[in-house]
Amino acid sequence: MKFDNIIIGGGLSGLTCGIKLAEQGKKCAIVSSGQSAIHFFSGSFDLLGKIDGQDVKNPLEAIKILPDTHPYQRVGIENISRLVVEAPRLLDRAGLNFFGKADENHFVLTPMGIMKPTWLTIDDFTRFEQNDAFPWKKAVILNFSGFLDFHTLFVQDGLKKYNVDTQIKNFAMKEFEAIRRNPSEMRSTNIAKVFDSGDALDEFAQKVNQLSEGFEVVLLPAVFGLFTKNVALNLKAKVNKPVVLLPAIPPSVPGIRSQILLRKRFEELGGTYFLGDIVEQGTFKNNRLVAVQTNNHGDIKLEADQFVLASGSFYSKGIVATREKLYEPILGLDIDGDTDSEKWLDEKFFNDQPYMHYGVKTDSGFHALKNGKPIENLFVAGSVLGGANALKEGSGAGISLLTSLHVAEQILK
Amino acid sequence: MKKEMFEPFNSSDNNFEQCVKCTICTVYCPVLEVNPDYPGPKQSGPDGERLRLKDQNFYDESLKLCLNCKRCEVACPHGVKIGDIIQLARIKYSKKKPKVRDMILANTDIVGTMASTFAPIVNPIVALKPVRLMMDGVLKIDHHRIFPKYAGMRFETWYRRYAASKQNDFKKHVSYFHGCYVNYNFPKQGKDLVKIMNAAGYGVHLLEKEKCCGVALISNGLINQATKQAKHNVEAFKKSIVDKNMPVISTSSTCIFTIRDEYPHLLGVKNDEIRNESELATRFLFRLIDSGKLTLVFKKDYKKRIAYHTPCHMEKLGWSIYSTALLKMIPGIDFVSLESRCCGIAGTYGFKKENYKTSQGVGKPLFDQIESSDVDFAATDCETCKWQIEMSTTKKVEHPISILAEALDVEATVKLWQK
Ligand SMILES: Cc1cc2nc3c(=O)[nH]c(=O)nc-3n(C[C@H](O)[C@H](O)[C@H](O)COP(=O)(O)OP(=O)(O)OC[C@H]3O[C@@H](n4cnc5c(N)ncnc54)[C@H](O)[C@@H]3O)c2cc1C
Ligand code: SF4
Ligand code: SF4
Repeated sequence: MKFDNIIIGGGLSGLTCGIKLAEQGKKCAIVSSGQSAIHFFSGSFDLLGKIDGQDVKNPLEAIKILPDTHPYQRVGIENISRLVVEAPRLLDRAGLNFFGKADENHFVLTPMGIMKPTWLTIDDFTRFEQNDAFPWKKAVILNFSGFLDFHTLFVQDGLKKYNVDTQIKNFAMKEFEAIRRNPSEMRSTNIAKVFDSGDALDEFAQKVNQLSEGFEVVLLPAVFGLFTKNVALNLKAKVNKPVVLLPAIPPSVPGIRSQILLRKRFEELGGTYFLGDIVEQGTFKNNRLVAVQTNNHGDIKLEADQFVLASGSFYSKGIVATREKLYEPILGLDIDGDTDSEKWLDEKFFNDQPYMHYGVKTDSGFHALKNGKPIENLFVAGSVLGGANALKEGSGAGISLLTSLHVAEQILK
Repeated sequence: MKKEMFEPFNSSDNNFEQCVKCTICTVYCPVLEVNPDYPGPKQSGPDGERLRLKDQNFYDESLKLCLNCKRCEVACPHGVKIGDIIQLARIKYSKKKPKVRDMILANTDIVGTMASTFAPIVNPIVALKPVRLMMDGVLKIDHHRIFPKYAGMRFETWYRRYAASKQNDFKKHVSYFHGCYVNYNFPKQGKDLVKIMNAAGYGVHLLEKEKCCGVALISNGLINQATKQAKHNVEAFKKSIVDKNMPVISTSSTCIFTIRDEYPHLLGVKNDEIRNESELATRFLFRLIDSGKLTLVFKKDYKKRIAYHTPCHMEKLGWSIYSTALLKMIPGIDFVSLESRCCGIAGTYGFKKENYKTSQGVGKPLFDQIESSDVDFAATDCETCKWQIEMSTTKKVEHPISILAEALDVEATVKLWQK
């Protein structure tokens, strides 16, 4: 089966790369063994949040002092400045409205009640300009009775720092009785499905209006709009006070909606998305990858002119570490990291852990290396790349988005 | 590189230890969406398995609400075979004996043999309202269900009378696993398959004796009988694939999925020698075309607007691309993609009175999509999806092979390989 481009991995980087290629008329396929890390997404895409433990104000400036081996440096500052403008536009065309600036981080309120710097935030959530103040003095934190994935006490505790007077209220609605009977199913996605399908939203908004009387702002878990767009916006329009949504414990409702809309956009552009299939191995010829073999398609190999590896990091098994070795499991590519397992961990748990920087090694053009030689038509993008501790520095989605768009540009050249 | 990927530390075959409790599977379970009494894939699958291994009293009869659609498995990022875990738990721990109704629904071939023999009598009877109400009351088969009609002449009979003798004229050969539906209810689909394969230069043969794949026996808890039939079929497939070097193709996605994956996973019946060469006809044809060994020529005047529905087992197999790619090769087809969703019937599941509401609720988003798509008809590879969609929408449903057979210019196609 022949395509122009095949992308291994259907997460944020695979999908945005695929969308960009398909927008330029390429016949693309994405193979993804399962749903991706977007399902855990907080609602914000980080570009660069912290350097040496300090909040970053202007990510575009701060990127310049990152080590040369960092993926941003390898994409190049000029390219980055251009791609940070392009990324939110591409998301917008998929129906995902993100707001924020690359030269000035804004802040979002985390479920721990802390203000965290970030780059792009989806319109469900509220963007704050300062991290040392909360714009309202009297807040009500509302939760659904029996919903355990939203920790109201943490939010309350966190808001004390900003001298906010808060009250927690739980409430019940008959629409949620059925899912409440089954405690393991009282989850954000199931609450969202109730709002998606029925007219529970009106009654809910009325309830919120009653309960928020005497308060300046309402805080709620982000459980609106799973398969349907605009539920969160509709809610905000119906409630007379400002509404601040906070992420609940994943899977994340806005995250799943993002995944669905990105996939839909890719497919509408003519892309083929193989979900639940695993790329098992590749056929190489003269430093080129000619075809990959998957579990479902077996002897019918998938061929392409260019391939992109966007298989994620440890969590998605793009990289695997066993007790003895660290490896890239699909194509056996070279790894950027210590082969000596003694060096993987820093004994201090909260230190910058060396293994978090590990990933697939590439040359300066993001070509994968195999036995030290670049594979001409195999590019690497997203969190499978080495060179950064995305968790520590707050750069996860930024690396995924910008390396994937950069790689797409290399392919389109 | 293969094996290491998902199973470095596993001891079980179904990967339940790999579950990281991310709950992604629960988002995509169609039953959970409409029936909150179902504990859901995570709870019924890997979580429940841990408990059941300690004490089998943790087994919960609500597991039978699972459609076995495997959509949870497709979504799971960690390769947990959730659907298999649930089905195996039902097989191992369920104490409920299958009801008379379940036996009737499950024994598609025996019932089919009887019914097609008496088709002229059976069809009108099961269609009568009082009879349907009786079935509803006594047998708990929902009265909304319309039974598929039984054909007067079985496919096998037709094949022996009218097709068998010509098949040895060809140089290349395949065997055809037609399944119960083609044999008893819809021989036309089998005839269309013979037409296409002959046009492609292949002789079509029946297996020495095929038995029902057993999917309905498995889902209704008749495991011993299912295992017996599975062993029989694997032997029959071997005679074709190993002894005669003839691959086996089928037009039913569910039969082929059951034979390839459920035999080893649920019944413990090994199929290593036959698995790779047991496949769907559309995949077989696609491979020939893709590798340049076959060109199909289509009629110029064939014009239709068609929507393709991906059956759950096709989603799991990942094979709908073959059927849709073939359909898209027909120049006169205006192709509409549907979002892949379960139709809700899941074989005999939706026929049961207690499941009717869930079944229709699950299927509703699909029915709405088809209704609003303004197509001439829908296409799908699964016979039970076809019943469900035809019952629940105003559209007819055709098998991709039948559509190809209708649109194919046989003479022009044959000419290309004959010269
Ligand atoms: C739990 C979690 C939460 C996060 N939250 C945030 C956040 O809120 N904001 C932020 O900025 N960053 C966040 N990150 C960082 C995250 O890494 C990036 O944001 C980004 O989502 C990573 O995208 P990716 O496409 O590179 O990888 P992934 O999303 O991991 O996607 C990789 C895909 O490849 C597939 N795959 C792997 N192997 C194969 C194979 N052999 N064959 C086929 N497919 C294969 C996987 O199934 C997976 O779908 C989070 C990371 C994790 C792990
Ligand atoms: S999706 Fe897979 S890993 Fe996640 S909870 Fe379900 S079974 Fe476990
Ligand atoms: S097989 Fe289908 S019905 Fe059963 S748990 Fe999985 S998704 Fe739900």
